[in-house]
Amino acid sequence: MTVGLIDTGCANLASVRFALERAGIDYRVAVTPGQAGACGRLILPGVGAAAPAMNQLEASGWAAALRRDERPLLGICLGMQLLFEYSSESDVACLGLIPGHVERLPSSEGLVWPHMGWNSLDIVEPENVLLSGVENGAYMYFVHGFYVPTSTFTLARAEYGADITAIVKSRHVYGCQFHPERSGEAGARILTNFAELVR
Amino acid sequence: MLARRIIPCLDVKDGQVVKGVKFRNHEIVGDIVELARRYAQEGADELVFYDIAASTRGETVEPAWVSAVARVIDIPFCVAGGIKSVDDARARLFAGADKISINTPALQNPSLVDKLAAEFGSQCVVVGIDSREIDGAWRVHQFTGDPDKTQEANRKTLDWITEVADRGAGEIVLNCMDQDGVRDGYDIDQLAEARALCSTPLIASGGAGRKEHFKTVFNQANVDGALAASVFHKGLINIGNLKSYLIDEGLGIRP
Repeated sequence: MTVGLIDTGCANLASVRFALERAGIDYRVAVTPGQAGACGRLILPGVGAAAPAMNQLEASGWAAALRRDERPLLGICLGMQLLFEYSSESDVACLGLIPGHVERLPSSEGLVWPHMGWNSLDIVEPENVLLSGVENGAYMYFVHGFYVPTSTFTLARAEYGADITAIVKSRHVYGCQFHPERSGEAGARILTNFAELVR
Repeated sequence: MLARRIIPCLDVKDGQVVKGVKFRNHEIVGDIVELARRYAQEGADELVFYDIAASTRGETVEPAWVSAVARVIDIPFCVAGGIKSVDDARARLFAGADKISINTPALQNPSLVDKLAAEFGSQCVVVGIDSREIDGAWRVHQFTGDPDKTQEANRKTLDWITEVADRGAGEIVLNCMDQDGVRDGYDIDQLAEARALCSTPLIASGGAGRKEHFKTVFNQANVDGALAASVFHKGLINIGNLKSYLIDEGLGIRP
């Protein structure tokens, strides 16, 4: 099924495109919602800061479209954070598709900020199809300074001075805090699961 | 647990990967895309590409080979070399690089660090620092891609680390020039002092020769990652073997 790759002008679009190509997943880059009309599911990538990204989504019509869309949606990194109600990074209202807030990771003694590198997943909901074939403890590549605390919507968590939502799901909406497009075979597996197994 | 990173560094000159000793006498070690693929398959956690000729010649790295690398590997990578503006950085990031690293241009125009962090977020912005001890103090050097143009930057290394972190750098690569390419071990004293005042991720560079050197730099300087070039290019250390050794030694490493 064709994936609509939402182009918000963010810098990791190329990385996600290449990862989908390596996995043999058909996709279409969509600047506007109309360009993804024929797509069966959507990916919202993102690096950068929350406020400019939300401004871009509002301007392109994607914010309004995503609030009523019912196709499976996968947010990546900042794209995951935008799925929640509010981000304390630049004090901005987000898409509100999943209950919860985005907070700054604590920068405590002996812990460098941001959280950058490969960290292991603690899988909470192993039976979810998005995690099919992904082993508990698999390492994924994280790069972020803000996070969403774990909640009943958490499928997998990670630990870095805080209890981080690594993978989230609510209704048809999924999100990964890490970068599956840069997380080796385990990351590619998650993209393939999203493209092929999620209903 | 956050893993310590093993980072092969590929110095690029005229489209080929090269390696010198103490920044001189570069020899060609292979094709960019082939080496990138090989290291990713062997278990590298990240790759760094330095276009060592770009800054001294007033050029910037080619987005075309950045894209060629981004297509084939499934781990993050950083590119460096003559990136002097937000537009230069954008071209590399949009070509598929995960981070960009600046060195000489940051010394000439420190506010570039602030601008890049504001535009792309700190997580994309790495500052590379080439440092050597002179008269009892570690000092920053610039134009290090060409030994005949290399010069002191009139900055103390530890002061510069603090400044770029305050300006929004998301990671610092500290290259200890006296150790570069001689495979005699990382500069633990300098890296440990840098670690003590550096609140961003810190990557050690320069001096890796044996597996034990990686263990020592992680345990004694507490760096987030260790970068190396010649030991990987020459096949003296296999990344998979190195990682197994470090795991056996009790370090947190991605298998």
